[in-house]
Amino acid sequence: MKPFDYQRLETPEHLGHVEAGRFLGGGTNLIDLMKHQIETPDVLVDVTRAGMDRIEERGDAVLIGSQVSNTDLASHPLIRRDYPVLSSALLSGATQQLRNKATTGGNLLQRTRCQYFYDTARACNKREPGSGCDALDGLNRFHAILGASENCIAVHPSDMAVAMAALGAVVVTRKRDGTEGRIPVTELHRLPGDRPDLDHVLDEGELIVAVELPASPPRLQSYRKVRDRSSYAFAVVSAAIALDLEDGHMRNLRIALGGVAHKPWRATKAEAMLEGKMPEAALFMEALEQEMADAEGHGHNDFKKILAPRVVVAMLRELTGLGGN
Amino acid sequence: MEQSTSKIIGEPMNRVDGPAKVTGRAEYAGDHQVEGGIAEGFIVEAPAAPGKIVALDVADAEAADGVVSVLTYKTVPQQKPYGSPEDEGRFTQSHAVLENDRVRHFGEPVALVVAETLEQARYAASLVRVEIETEEGVFNALDHKDQAEKPDSVDGLDEVDTQDGDFETQFSQSTHKLEVSYLTGAQHASAMEPHVTVAQWDGETLIVHMAIQIVASAVSAYANTLGIDEANVRIISPFTGGGFGSKLGVHNEAILAALAAKQCGKAVRVAQTRRNLFANGPHRSRHLQELKLGADASGKLRAVRHSSLASMARNYPFAEAPASPTRASYAADAIHTFHRMVKADIPKVDSMRAPGEAIGTLTYETAIDELAEMCGVDPVEFRILNEPTQDPTSGHAFADRRLLDCIRTGAAKFGWSGRVKPGSRMAGRKLVGRGMAVAIRPNTLSPAQAEVKLAADGRLVARLDMTDIGTGTYTILTQIAAETLSMPASQVLVQLGDSRFPETAGSGGSFGASSSGSALLDACAKLKSALSERLTESGVSANAFAMKDGRVLANGKRIELADLIGAEGLSADGAVDPDNHAKGQADYSYGVQFAEVEVDADTGEIRVRRLLGVFDAGRILNRKTARSQLMGGMIFGIGGALLEESLMDDRFGSFMTRDFAEYHIAVNRDVPDLEVHILDGYSEHSNPLGSKGIGELGICGAGPAIANAVHEATGVRVRKFPVHMEDLLDRLPAV
Amino acid sequence: MYPLMLTVNGTVHDVEIDPRRSLLDLVRETLGLKGPKKGCDHGQCGACTMIVNGRRINSCLSLAVTHEGDTVITVEGLSEAGELHPLQQAFIDKDALQCGFCTPGQLCSAAALVDEIREGLPSVVTGEVGVAMTNEEIRERMSGNLCRCGAYNNIVEAIRTVSGDKR
Repeated sequence: MKPFDYQRLETPEHLGHVEAGRFLGGGTNLIDLMKHQIETPDVLVDVTRAGMDRIEERGDAVLIGSQVSNTDLASHPLIRRDYPVLSSALLSGATQQLRNKATTGGNLLQRTRCQYFYDTARACNKREPGSGCDALDGLNRFHAILGASENCIAVHPSDMAVAMAALGAVVVTRKRDGTEGRIPVTELHRLPGDRPDLDHVLDEGELIVAVELPASPPRLQSYRKVRDRSSYAFAVVSAAIALDLEDGHMRNLRIALGGVAHKPWRATKAEAMLEGKMPEAALFMEALEQEMADAEGHGHNDFKKILAPRVVVAMLRELTGLGGN
Repeated sequence: MEQSTSKIIGEPMNRVDGPAKVTGRAEYAGDHQVEGGIAEGFIVEAPAAPGKIVALDVADAEAADGVVSVLTYKTVPQQKPYGSPEDEGRFTQSHAVLENDRVRHFGEPVALVVAETLEQARYAASLVRVEIETEEGVFNALDHKDQAEKPDSVDGLDEVDTQDGDFETQFSQSTHKLEVSYLTGAQHASAMEPHVTVAQWDGETLIVHMAIQIVASAVSAYANTLGIDEANVRIISPFTGGGFGSKLGVHNEAILAALAAKQCGKAVRVAQTRRNLFANGPHRSRHLQELKLGADASGKLRAVRHSSLASMARNYPFAEAPASPTRASYAADAIHTFHRMVKADIPKVDSMRAPGEAIGTLTYETAIDELAEMCGVDPVEFRILNEPTQDPTSGHAFADRRLLDCIRTGAAKFGWSGRVKPGSRMAGRKLVGRGMAVAIRPNTLSPAQAEVKLAADGRLVARLDMTDIGTGTYTILTQIAAETLSMPASQVLVQLGDSRFPETAGSGGSFGASSSGSALLDACAKLKSALSERLTESGVSANAFAMKDGRVLANGKRIELADLIGAEGLSADGAVDPDNHAKGQADYSYGVQFAEVEVDADTGEIRVRRLLGVFDAGRILNRKTARSQLMGGMIFGIGGALLEESLMDDRFGSFMTRDFAEYHIAVNRDVPDLEVHILDGYSEHSNPLGSKGIGELGICGAGPAIANAVHEATGVRVRKFPVHMEDLLDRLPAV
Repeated sequence: MYPLMLTVNGTVHDVEIDPRRSLLDLVRETLGLKGPKKGCDHGQCGACTMIVNGRRINSCLSLAVTHEGDTVITVEGLSEAGELHPLQQAFIDKDALQCGFCTPGQLCSAAALVDEIREGLPSVVTGEVGVAMTNEEIRERMSGNLCRCGAYNNIVEAIRTVSGDKR
C-alpha cells in the first residue's frame, strides 16, 4: 500500500476544503485494492463521518445517505416494505461482516472482480490503460456478454446497483465547487468502450451524497442471484424485476441484469416488448431472446446467454403467477 | 462426577486444547512474538516463467522507509543446490530459494523485502523491478501428451502400473462396456492458516516457529538447504491451522525466513499471503482419467482399465495415484491401472487430502454407477455383487474389511429404495436426485517414538514431535495415556510439535493417530511395567492398579507415588515399528456415502440436500473428534464435486483463481445436516491400537455420491469436476 | 504517523500509527492481541472478524485510523473474568472447531449473530414473518466465516445451544 495522507470530511459542504483524493467509505473494496497496489491514492478522504448516514422519507422519494451501511439499508422497515427487491439484493451480496461496513455509495462505486484486473502481472486496460485485455482470450466465465468492447469484458459486481437500476434510483452528488448533480443509477456506470479505466461518469472529486428512490415503486418485485456457492459468492448472473399487474396486464415493468455487463443492464428491449401485455411464457422467452440478440460470449461465459433469459423468465412466471409450467 | 479411568479411549471427550482455541490463547506460528521484535518479509513473485531474470532493480525498494534488507539471488546467504541430496525424499531435500537467475514457475520468489513493519515491506516489494526473459514452458499435461512418462513411483502405492488378468479379452467379451474419460480440476488445500514462518538465529542454531505437519522432515529440509547440522535446527509448532497435505513439507516462506533472519541478524517473519499460496504453496494437479469398464449381463465386473495423466512439477517428484481405489474396491477378472506424468513448469504439485482416492473415487465410483445403470442393476446391489474376497490386485488377505456392513447400514439409514428414472423427481422448481458411492482409503502405519514422564505429584507428561493440525491429536493421545496408566485425563499433559521431542512421522496420510498413538501406548505400557516393578519391590503385588492425585491405588491400598518413584519421577520411551504390523495384508479404511441433491430446473444450480456416510475405521479413539473429522472430509468432498477448481491460464502458466472469491471452498450454507455413522470396530492387524486412518476417509466417495445424485436428478452425466451449472444448463430436462 | 484512541476489550488505547495499518494488524501487532487471525487479508474468510460498536466486521479490510473513538471486541474480550462465554463453552462441547484457526472469527461472528437475530435484522433467507433461529438462518449468517476443517454443522449446533433452541 502506497503511503497516503488521511483526512476526514466533516460535512459534504466542506468538500472544497479537503485535498482532492479518493473517497473512503466502508473500504471493503478500496482497501483491498490499495493492498494490491491497484489503487494508489496520495490522499484518502474518509467520508464515513460526514453526516450522510440517514434514510429519510420525503413526499416523492426516499433519500438514502451515501454512507448508510448495506445492513442498515437492507433492514430498514421502509425498504423491507416498499422496496423488497433492494433489501433482497443487498442481503444476497457478500456477508454480514461486509454489509456492516459497506456503504451505499461505496457499493455503487466498487470495482470489477475480474481476475486479470486483480493480477498485476497480467494485461488489463482497466488497471493500466493500453496494456491490453488478457481476459478476452483467457478465463472469462464471469465476464460480460452485453455491452463489452475489445478492450474490456469486465462486469460490475454489485447486487444492490442492479436492484436500484430496476427501481429507477437517482444518484445525488456534490462537486468540489459546491454544485449538486443528479444522475440516474442506470447512467452512473459506463460501458467500457475504449476507456475501460473509467467505471463511471462522476467528475474528479465528485462525491455521492445520497441515492434517491422514487416513491410508489411497482408492487411486484423480485431479486434472484445465480451463483456457484449458496452464499458469499459473486453473481454468475443476477436479475432484479419490478412490475405492477393491472387487470392482468403488466405495467411499469423494469428488468435489470447483473453479472452480464460493465454496468447494471436494464433490459429495455424486453421491457418494451412486455409492457402492457398479458403474462405469457412464450412471450417472456421471446422478449428475453430479443434482449440477448446482441449478446456475445467469449468462450467460458457463453452459457450466460442461455442462463440470463432463463432466470428472468422463471422470475417473471413466478411474479405474474404463471407458475412453473 | 468422578471420571472413570477404566475406559477412556473412544470416549467423546472434549478437545483438551479447546479452551486455548476458543479464547485465542493457542499460539500459531504467526502469533509468535520475539523479544526485540520481528522484522517482516514480503515475497516478490516472478511475473512470468519459465525463464531467466535479465533485470532486477531493488534500489527503490532498498531506499524505501523501514526497509532492512532486500534478498535476491545476488545477495542471499549460501544454500545447497535445490533438490539435493538426490537420494532423499521430496520433503527433506534442499528447498533452496532465490538460487540463481532461473525462474522455474510463475510466482516463484525473485526477491524478499524485509522491513520493520508489514506495511513497509509490502509497499517496498511493489517497488522491485524485475524483468524475465521467458522461454517456452509446459503448463498443461493435456497439451503435451507426447511428453508423458511413467514416473519412478506414485504416491502411496508400491507399483506405478498394474496389469492383472487379460484385460483385452475380458473387455471384448463383456456384455456391457463403458468407455469414459474425466477431467478433474487442479485444487489447493486452502488451510485457513496461510503458510507462515518466524525464524531467528541463536548463534549457529536456527530456531523456527512454523506451520507444519511433519516436524522431523522439516528439520532435515532446513539442514539440507542451509548446509547445517540437524542438531542446529529447532522447530516449534504447537498448533497448526490446518494442513490437508499442504504443510507436509516446507515451502518458500520457510526458507526465506531463515535466510532473511541470518542476513538481517534478527527474527524475521515471512507469511505467505493468500495470493502467494496459489503459486508458492503446493497444489493437486488436474488429471485426465480414462476408464474402460466391462461387465457381464448380470453385472459382474470382468474388465477394468484406469489410466491417469497429470502434471508433475519439474524437479519435484510427486505423482498422485487416482487409480489407487480402482485396485482395491471390486473384484474383476482383469484390472489394469496406469499412471503417466508430464513434467511441467508449474508450482509444486503435491499431496492434498486423500491423494489418489479423493479424485480416484470421484471418477471410478461415477463410472461404476454408470456401468451399473447400463447393466440394469441397482448401484447398491452392483457393489455387493462385486465384493472381493481378497485384495483384487495384490491377492493379499484383507486386514479387516467391512465394506458390505457399511453399505447395508448406509442404505438402511438413508432409506435407499433404488433409483428412479433420471429427471423424474421434483420438489417445486428443483430436480431432486439421489446417489451413492463407496469410500476407501489405504491404512498405513509409520515409525514413531514417544516419551512419557511421571512426576511424583501424579502428573504425566507425554512428548512427541507429532503435530495437531486440527485432527485432535492432543486429545486422543491424552486418552491413550490416561487409559493405559489408569489415571485421570486431567493429569495428563501432552506436549507436541517440538523437534526436541521424540520423532514421529507427523500428521499426514491418515497415519498420524495410529502411529503416534501406538508409540505412546508402548511408552505408557513400559511405564506401567516399571511402576508395577516398583510396586512389587515395595511389597505390594498387584495385577492392576490405578493412579490419582499422586497416589497409586492397588489391592485396596493407597501408596504415595513419591515413595515409589522419588522426586526424580519415572520415565519411559516407546515406539512402533510398521514392519511388525499388517504384513502381507491389504489394509484399508472403508465407508459408503449417500447423497441427495437438488438442481434448479431453470439455472442448473446444484445444492446438496442430504449427505450420509457410514464408516469403518477400526477402533475409534474419540467418537467426537472422529465424527468431526469425517464430517470435515465429507464437506471437502462437496467442494471437490461442485466447487473447487484452481484455474490456470495456460498461456502463462499462472493460476488465476488466487483468492477465496475465486477458489470456492464450501461455506456454511453449502452444507446440509450431515449424518455420520461409525461402525464399532477393532482392526487387530493394523497396529497395537486397532485403529485405522480417518482424516481422509470422509472425502472418499462423497464427491461421486453427489455426482451420481446429480445424474439421477437431471439425467446428465458430467465427466468433469467440479460440476458447474453450465455443464447441465442446456441439457436439463424440460419441466 | 497518526494519533488514534480506541477501546479494545474494555481497555482504552492511545497510539500513534501508520495510516496504512489495518484494524487487524493494529490489534495483532501494535496491541499484541493474537486471537484474531489473518486467513486471507482480503475480507474473504472471516478469521479476522471483530465486533466494532456492536457490529461484526472484517478487521483486515478496515484501516485502524478510521476507528477513532470506536469500541472493539475481539475473541479475547468475549470471556469475562476468566469465565468462558457460553458460546465458547458450546464450541468446546459441540466440537465446533478443529484446527482452531478460524475459531476466533467464528466466535465473534456467532456472538454478533445472536444479537442480530434478537434485534430482528433480516438475512436473505428471512421471510416476511420475521427472523427465527432456524438452521438455515444460522448457516446463511455464518457463511462469512470459512472453516476448511468443516466444523460447520457443529458450529450451527453450538449456536443453537446458546440461543436456547435445542431443536
